[in-house]
Amino acid sequence: MTKKEEKEISFNLVSRHKLDQLSSDEKLKFILKEVKNGKILVLEQGLTAMEQASLIENTMREIEHDTFIGVEMEGYSADQSSFIQKIFGMIKKPRMTLIGPANLLKTIRKDSNMIQTKIIPGKGS
Amino acid sequence: MGLFRKGNLSSILQRIFGKKHAKIGIYGPPNVGKTTLANRILRDWTGDIMGSVSEVPHETRRAKWKKDVKVENGNSSLLMDIIDTPGIATKVDFKDFMNTYGLTKDEAKRRAKEATEGVIESIKWLEDIDGVLLVMDSTEDPFTQVNVTILGNLEARNLPVLVAANKIDMENSSPATLKSAFPQHPVVPISALTGYNADNLYTNMVKHFSKKQRKKKRRYST
Repeated sequence: MTKKEEKEISFNLVSRHKLDQLSSDEKLKFILKEVKNGKILVLEQGLTAMEQASLIENTMREIEHDTFIGVEMEGYSADQSSFIQKIFGMIKKPRMTLIGPANLLKTIRKDSNMIQTKIIPGKGS
Repeated sequence: MGLFRKGNLSSILQRIFGKKHAKIGIYGPPNVGKTTLANRILRDWTGDIMGSVSEVPHETRRAKWKKDVKVENGNSSLLMDIIDTPGIATKVDFKDFMNTYGLTKDEAKRRAKEATEGVIESIKWLEDIDGVLLVMDSTEDPFTQVNVTILGNLEARNLPVLVAANKIDMENSSPATLKSAFPQHPVVPISALTGYNADNLYTNMVKHFSKKQRKKKRRYST
C-alpha cells in the first residue's frame, strides 16, 4: 500500500518592518497573493479594521469554486488609544494576525487570550 | 447667502437636538438572525416584513431596505431607514451548501457566487449608514473575526453601534458572554424569533441612534 504523499505547508512570519514598507493596497495584494498560493502568514503587526474589511472584499472577488474558497483570519484588534495618546497622535497599531487559506487553516477557538487553530493536512501548496 | 441656509440650519438643529432620521444597517455574520430581526422590527412598526429566512446560510444575498420606519419610545421617536444586509464572511464554499444543506451543485455554486457579491455589497454599505444594529448569535463564540472586523470598522468611522444578542430563546444562549466580550458597546439580549425583549431593543435604538455623531470617512487608518 502506497502512503499518500502529503504536500508541504508553508508557514511564514512577516515582520513589522516589511509590512511598514508597504502601502495598504500593496499589503493586501501581498497577503492575498501568498494566501492564494497556499501559504499561512503570521503578521507581526496586524491589519487595521479598515484593511481587514478591504481584505474581505478583495477575497470575495477572488473566490473560485474549485481552487480558492476564501481566507481564515484571526487576530486581536488594537487597544483603544487613551485621550492623551490621541492628542499627541500616538495611535496604537493592531496586534498580531494569522491569515491563511480557508481550506487549509481552521480556527478552533478564540478568546481574549488565545487563538487556537488547526492546519488541515494534505491541502497545502 | 445667509448664515441659516437649509443645510446649515438642519446641521445646527441636529447638533442641538440630535437626529430625527437615521439610516440603520443590520449587520452580522450569516445565520445570526439579521432578517428575522428586520422582519420583527418591520412587523412591529409597519406591519410589513423585510424578506424570507432560511436555515441555509446566505439566504439574504442582496441588501434590502425599508424607508421611514418610525420607532417610538415614550414621547420620543426616530424615523429610520432600515437596511438588512447580507451576512459578512471571510469564506464561501459551495460544497457546504451541497454537503450540509442538500443543494444541487448548480444551486450551490449559484448561491455561493451571489453570497460573495452580497458580502461586497454589505461592506460598501458601511460608507453610507448612520448607525449599525450588529446582530450576534448568543449561543456562539462572540470573538469571531467578522464581529471584530465589523466593530473595528464602526469604531474607526465613529458610527454608533448597538449589539443585538440574538437567539436568547435557545437553551445554550449566553448574552452575558457577549456583554463581557464587548463592554464598550451597549448589548441588548433579544429573541428576534419570539419577540422577547424587543421593547427594550426599540428603547435603546431610539436613544442610541438619535445621538449626535460625527461620521468619519476614512478608508484605511484606525
